[in-house]
Parts: sequence; structure tokens; C-alpha cells
Amino acid sequence: MTRTPVGETPVASTVKRPASRRARLTLGLAIGIVGLAVASALSLVFGSRIVSMDEILSGLFNRDPESFGAIAVASRMPRTVLAILVGGALGLAGAVMQGATRNPLADPGILGINLGSALAVVVGIAVFDIDSARQYIWFALAGAALASLLVYAIASRGREGATPLKLALAGAATSAALSSLVSAVLLTRTDVFDVFRFWQVGGVGGADFGQIAEIAPFLLAGLVLALFSARGLDVLALGDDLARGLGAHVGRSRAIAGLSAVLLAGAATAIAGPIGFVGLVVPHAVRFFTGPHHRWLIPYSVLFGAILLVVADVVGRVIARPTDIQVGIMTAIIGAPFFIFLIRRAKVREL
Amino acid sequence: MAVLVVLVLGLVLLSLTVGERIYSPVDVLRVILGQDVPGASFTVGRLRLPRTITSVFVGVSLGLAGTLFQTMLRNPLASPDIIGISFGSSAAAVTAIALFGAGGPVVSFIALAGGLLVALVVYALSYRRGVLGSRLVLIGIAVGTMLVAVINFVLTRTSVYKAAEALRWLTGSLNSSFWDDAASMTLAAIILVPLALLVGRRLEILELGDDSSTALGVPADRTRLIIIVVAVALVSTATASAGPVAFVAFLAGPIAARLTPGRSLLVPAALVGAALVLGADFIGSHLLPYTLPVGVVTGAVGAPYLLWLLARSNRKGGRL
Repeated sequence: MTRTPVGETPVASTVKRPASRRARLTLGLAIGIVGLAVASALSLVFGSRIVSMDEILSGLFNRDPESFGAIAVASRMPRTVLAILVGGALGLAGAVMQGATRNPLADPGILGINLGSALAVVVGIAVFDIDSARQYIWFALAGAALASLLVYAIASRGREGATPLKLALAGAATSAALSSLVSAVLLTRTDVFDVFRFWQVGGVGGADFGQIAEIAPFLLAGLVLALFSARGLDVLALGDDLARGLGAHVGRSRAIAGLSAVLLAGAATAIAGPIGFVGLVVPHAVRFFTGPHHRWLIPYSVLFGAILLVVADVVGRVIARPTDIQVGIMTAIIGAPFFIFLIRRAKVREL
Repeated sequence: MAVLVVLVLGLVLLSLTVGERIYSPVDVLRVILGQDVPGASFTVGRLRLPRTITSVFVGVSLGLAGTLFQTMLRNPLASPDIIGISFGSSAAAVTAIALFGAGGPVVSFIALAGGLLVALVVYALSYRRGVLGSRLVLIGIAVGTMLVAVINFVLTRTSVYKAAEALRWLTGSLNSSFWDDAASMTLAAIILVPLALLVGRRLEILELGDDSSTALGVPADRTRLIIIVVAVALVSTATASAGPVAFVAFLAGPIAARLTPGRSLLVPAALVGAALVLGADFIGSHLLPYTLPVGVVTGAVGAPYLLWLLARSNRKGGRL
């Protein structure tokens, strides 16, 4: 995915008028922030009961803990914040991974992160009797890190290093092996399967600020690393040989970007379960508008990842009242048709 | 190649002779020839023989189908278990098991229908002035992800016992393979395997590019459609007999490419598929503390082997 044809049109027009492009992209970011604010407000209003905006506002700003609005805010606020954080993290992780591996299919799923987390959580439930989200985090993070290190180590053997093809193949093969191990545990331990099947659909429902505080440092570190690697990713997009010719440290850029993606996706998966599609869909969608430069791609991916997840969570709560459909299922059902639409419109190059 | 043939024959012999009781190859041969051998006639004739036959043809079908897809779309990720076709079978079957309490041959039929339907949908969605390989892969992955969400959702909306039964089907198992499965797999293989080898020869012409192949008398789009139909039929019949035995279709081609870097990949991949299923079923039923279905073992054994081959090979990518 050196430069997807998707991004070529905006790039071509910017060569002529960079100033207007910057204005357009800044305006887009502002609209995105407004959109996220609206989505968050909806997330506070809708639930098993609809609470009016007036009551929400009074719950937010009056300090009457007994009021209806205050109770709704207290129970829905952590969930909304978590959806924003997880969505932003997954969108960003996808953008960084696609850039680092130059593979349009790269997302936390395909590089083994989801299954690394899943196996670690299953082993945790089966062997160490963990059952709270706070304990899942550490297992899932460790599993994600180990799986992605393994994938990268295997793919980077050999003379030409970690080519996109070898990375994708190693990631898919590792996932295959790990998912077999997951099934092996689940088939022999029905009790573990009973806990695990609810973790694996991915949800932000049971969030509290204590958990959020625990993953926040990882997300922040991932974000800083991602911003730091933006320029390196732009150079990597030219292809390894050309990038090396320009004096870039190909291996180092890729390692920093990879570490960032593992931190972001691992922490998000740990707290919310494996949520598919955000990391894959969001970068492709925003690239239509921003073009291939990571300086813009990164903030847009964060913002629209967050919007997608908040909206998906709200829709999941509205259509199945009074229960809710987990956000991981909603992202797939909203995201997949949208992604198919994008692919049909774009001239997708050979992968 | 010769090594692969010997390996498959050895595994066939192993799975026929070894079990709760070990029978000599002579006894096994006498059973196959129709003679009455006390004990062995039932154990080998009724239990092991159909299971072994089913294993071989499931492996061959999956190996062929995966390689047809991977070679045609020039992408090792383009195997039917990644581009959504197997998930179509699984989603249909899991819904039938978990929500409607279906069992037995009904599940097989529903799985077959689900796989074919998803393949049609993916193909139709990818069609836009011809089918482009990469577009089909991307759309297949999108459809597959959606189906996985459906599967996971269904698994949370039912009792843990039904969910566990659905999970057992989802991993692929030969535990209930008797003569009816073996007969239908054999029939399907007799029709589909020669067909697959036949269309496979057109793949090399297709690799020259759409214009050149049309000029040589191989119309690109129509050939691709035929290959897809044959490959989907192979996958669906295998899935209907044994469930979606994980990753055999995905792993067989790349492993074969690294073992026999020859010209055509189809026959070696079919043999690798058969060896994977036979070997994994043997390990799962006899060598582990728990009895595990074949689908768990194929991924756990095949994938590390592919990783080892990947790590060892210094060459670039290979053919796939």
C-alpha cells in the first residue's frame, strides 16, 4: 500500500494549493470534534431509559447526586469515555499498522494481537481463576505483546526483512495456531467457555473509571509513539529500498510504529474484548479525505474511530432495548457494509 | 512429491491399524478384501475405515480448494477459510444448532447451503466490470468478519450447553464419520478432484494476465468463475461432512510450496491436506491426554510448521 489510488486525487490537488488543503483538513477535524460531542451526548441520553438533555445537563452540572439525571450520567459516563478511548485507540492502531507493514489488511486481528490476548485471557480464566476486567488487562496485554513479537520475529528473518507478505502470512499462521489452543482449552472446560464467550463479543458495558485509569497510561504511550513515528511512516510508504536510500532507518521506524500499535490495540482489547473492524475500516475511510500523509491520517483515525465506536454502542443500546447488543457485534454489522461500499468504489490495487 | 505420497499412505495405514486395539496390517487388508476377521471386521470395517476415507478426502478437498483460490488470486490469504466461505457454513450451522436445535444431516445440509450462498454473495459484491482478486479478498474478509460477529452473538444468546455443542461443530470433528459420510465424500471427490485438476491447469495461463489468456482461448472472467464454483463445491462438501476443519485450506498450499518448489502446486497441496487431516486426527484421538477434535489439532500442528518453514526459508516469499 505505497499510495492507495484512493488517496491520489486529494494529493494531486494539494500540489497546486497547499493552503486551501490545510484549511479544508482543519475544518474537517473541527467538524469531527463536533460530531464526537454530539455522539457522546446521544450516548448519555439513550439507554434502557431515555433521559432528556435537560436532565443530563442538570445531572452534569448540579451536584445533586439523587437526581435522575445524575444517576444516568454516573452510569453512562464511564461507558461513553471508554468507547471514545477504545475507538480512538483501535482506529489509530489500524492506521499505524497499515503504514508500518504497508499492508491494507493490517489490523489488530491479522497480526495476531486479538488471538494473543484471547489465549492469555483463556489461560488466565482456566488456570489462575481470574474473573474481573482489571485482571484481564494484564493477561491480555502480555498475550498481545508476545504474539506480535513472535509474528514480527518470524517475519523479519531472512535477507529482506519483514516484507508485507511475510508479515501477513506469519500473522495469519500464528493466529491459526493460537485459536486452536484457545479451542482446545474451551472444549475441555465448559465453565471457562461460559466466561469467555461474553468477553470475546467485545463490550464497553461494564466500564468504570478505575479500569479506565489503568489502561490510560498504555494508550497515552501508544499515542505519543504514534505521533513520533508519523514522519517515518510517510517515508516507509515509498518502499523499503527507496526509504533506505533517503537515509531512513527502516527497521527502527517499523519497530516504533509496531510498539505503538501493540500498546494501543492490546490495551483496548484487554478492557473491551476483541473488537473487529474499527482498525481496518477507519483508516481506509479517512484516507479518502486526508490522503496518505500520516500527519493528518493519525488525528483523523483517532477521531473517527472514537465516533464509530460511540455511535455503534448507542445503536446497539437503542435497537435491542432494554438489553444491549455488544459493541463488537455492532461495529462488524455497521462497519462491514460500509467497508464493502468503499472497496467497490475504489480502484483497489493488488495487495 | 514421492515423500508426500509415502507419508499419506503411512498415515492411512497408521490410522487403520492403531486404536484401542492394534490390528496387524494383514488383518486390515483382509477386512478391506471382505473377509470376516473377528473383532477387526467391526472396529476396522465399520469405524476406522470410513473415518480414514473421510479424512483423506476432506484433506484433499480442502487442500485443493485453498490452493485454487490462493493461486488464482495470487494471495496466500485468499483461502476459503479467510475470505468468508467457511464462516458462511459455520454461521448457518451454528444458528441451526444453537437457536433451532438442529442436529445430524440437517446441519450438514444447512452448512453446505450457507457456504454456497456466502460465496455467491461475495462474488456478486466483488463483480464490477470483472472480478479483481484483491477486491474479492477484501470483500470476503469484510463479509467473514460480519459472519463471525453473528456467530459470536448467537453463542451468547443461548444456554452454555447448546453453545458448547455449537463450538464442537465449529472446530471440525471426525467423531461422527461413518459410512454415509465416507460414501458422500468419495462420490464428491470422484467428481470434483479431476475437475479441480483440470481447471487448475488453466491457472498457469490465467497468470499471464487477462488479455493474454483471453487471446490464448482462456476467457479470464469465465475461467475464474468456474474455478470459484469448483473450489466452493470442494470446501462445502468437506465442511458438510466434518465441520470447518480449521486452516487446512489455508496451510496446505504454502506448506506444499515450500516442500516441493516445482511447477504445479495442486497435487502436492492435496497430499499435504490429506496428511494434515490424517495426522491431526491421529494426534487428537490417540496421543493427547484429552480426546480433541481434528480441527483443534490441524491449526495447532500445521500453523507452527508453516511458521517454522517461513522462519527457515531465506528466499523471498516463494510461489505463494
